[in-house]
Amino acid sequence: MIALIEKTCVEDKKWISHDEMMDVTVIAESTPGPIAINCATYVGYKQGRMIGSVAATLGMVLPSFILIYVVAQFLDGFLEITWIANAFKGIKIAVGILIIDAALKMLKKMKKKPFQICMVVCSAVLMLLISFFSLDISSMVLMLVAALIGIAVMMIFKTDRQERGTR
Amino acid sequence: MIYIDLLIGFLEVGFLSFGGGYAAIPLIRDVVLSYGWLDEEMLTYMIAVSESSPGPIMVNMATYVGSHKGGILGAVIATVAVVLPAFMIILLIMVLLRKLLQNRYIKAALGGMKPCIIGIILTTGIIMVLRNCGILIGNNTFDILTVVLTCGMGVIYFGSRKVFKKGISPIGLIGLSAIVGAVAYGI
Repeated sequence: MIALIEKTCVEDKKWISHDEMMDVTVIAESTPGPIAINCATYVGYKQGRMIGSVAATLGMVLPSFILIYVVAQFLDGFLEITWIANAFKGIKIAVGILIIDAALKMLKKMKKKPFQICMVVCSAVLMLLISFFSLDISSMVLMLVAALIGIAVMMIFKTDRQERGTR
Repeated sequence: MIYIDLLIGFLEVGFLSFGGGYAAIPLIRDVVLSYGWLDEEMLTYMIAVSESSPGPIMVNMATYVGSHKGGILGAVIATVAVVLPAFMIILLIMVLLRKLLQNRYIKAALGGMKPCIIGIILTTGIIMVLRNCGILIGNNTFDILTVVLTCGMGVIYFGSRKVFKKGISPIGLIGLSAIVGAVAYGI
């Protein structure tokens, strides 16, 4: 996906430079939403301010919107056909594997300091407990708590260093 | 009203979907299951359809859930809601706060959130596999055929990377599993 965006925006149309493209990738990693959407908004704003960003973002969303909307109209009917329903039962297996694979790939890229490892393990165990006991706690709550822990840890360690510095 | 629920639900997803791609799946799963918009079964099918279609997964899922629950208007509302936070935040960064991401509180918050997301995604995948096989979680009965197929597909998918450089692509695995499913569950 990123390769395709780079080819269109940097090489073909020359909307942004290669360095800017790197910039967008970094920004996209720290902002919510898919990188494709983040890029579209960024490039659109660069080239055409407000209207440009709306146009580029719409352009990015519209093709898949139309495709999925059409698929949605037919999917329920399809699933009444036995062999297609069976095929989808097989696909369910693939989805689980793909999600685990995605997490493992992210894990590989992550900095492995004690703090990060502790956060991964804690959130994984908590999620497991939540679904095991069918508790009504959303993963969004876990994420917000994790953000607060991040800030708290930063402040504790920062004051530590300041105290040591003044002594 | 369904339109307002869709708007709020997918705004939440859009606002917290750091990490892109698969990172949004646990959030969407939470929202969709807690509102009862889809059951686990249909949700899993839609993840596969979204993965096999062009475009970001979370946008595809929002469009599907929206159209399923609220027709064309629902689809538009859910899709706009899921994209809007990302759009607004990029604009905010570009127009006003170029230094926003260098702010140490935001950096620290993101630093706490990212490993947490990885843990959540990992567990979501494991839960889906266990539930599908009928082990411990959920009401499904233990299904030995599914267990065997899961192990087999896992070995093929991860093992293929050892044999040739890139291994099987996600879409390749979905296609393969569809064929295997049609044959194995059909007999």
